[in-house]
Amino acid sequence: MSDVADRVKKIVVEHLGVEEDKVVENASFIDDLGADSLDTVELVMAFEEEFGIEIPDDAAETIQTFGDAVKFISEAA
Amino acid sequence: MFDLTGKCALVTGASGGIGGEIAKVLHAAGATVGLSGTRVEPLEALAEELGERAHVLPCNLSDGEAVDALPKQAIAAMGSVDILVNNAGITRDQIFMRMSDDDWQSVIDVNLTSTMRLCRGVMRPMMKSRWGRIINISSIVGATGNPGQANYAASKAGMVGMTKSIAYETASRGITANAVAPGFIATAMTEKLNDDQKAKINAQIPASRMGSPEEIAAAVLYLASPEAGYVTGTTLHVNGGMAML
Repeated sequence: MSDVADRVKKIVVEHLGVEEDKVVENASFIDDLGADSLDTVELVMAFEEEFGIEIPDDAAETIQTFGDAVKFISEAA
Repeated sequence: MFDLTGKCALVTGASGGIGGEIAKVLHAAGATVGLSGTRVEPLEALAEELGERAHVLPCNLSDGEAVDALPKQAIAAMGSVDILVNNAGITRDQIFMRMSDDDWQSVIDVNLTSTMRLCRGVMRPMMKSRWGRIINISSIVGATGNPGQANYAASKAGMVGMTKSIAYETASRGITANAVAPGFIATAMTEKLNDDQKAKINAQIPASRMGSPEEIAAAVLYLASPEAGYVTGTTLHVNGGMAML
């Protein structure tokens, strides 16, 4: 697994308090990992900070799963 | 009680009677204050009076871009905005049949839209720090209505609905959002009234007098304090019993 994926996973595990093995490619933050809408905003904020990138609101809305996040950040960072 | 040491507060309309007093009281409780308003001179005079921990942050609230920039300027000057007091407001009184689009829009822009923009601007850092206080200064008129003030009343009632919605969304993150609704408060604006007018106003108030800016500031101080952490989405009416809501 790539370095980006590891770092994203760490943030998700810490923020949502979920087991690491639940955080798989197509795991939805809201449907599978128990995030509420505010959690998803905060996850995006945490990603921005960790990777030093800006994630615009319209892009943030497309980040629904762990895989989406890794893909977006890999392309942006 | 009500110690704000280490907290940073942004107060709009700090050049006015109520806003200036709010800034003074928060400052006296230990907060660093950002004084915002359109008129620079009274802001600088107030900053000088307060001494340390006071920053002048002029802003024209009818200019959307300037409003969006204000939270960033406040954070640059103070380090954070832990407490936001949306106190600035204007009136463009006119009987409803004669109210122009401009009378309506300018009041909505300054009183309601700028409040929304400032709340939005401070939300991200407040969410991160898991602590925040939003205090929107509404008005008794927002709850009761007032002839000649359809625009003002709509803006002040709008603030209350917005405040409650923000309270819902942010309560789990240690942020509270509340409104304070003053009744008749003695300020430069009410000094212009003659004795007869004042007597008529006082006759409608069970307390038989106008309130003071200090009495509004005390309500704001309470809502800003750590002690009020379980109070959110409420409107604190400070009106001498004029409307018991």
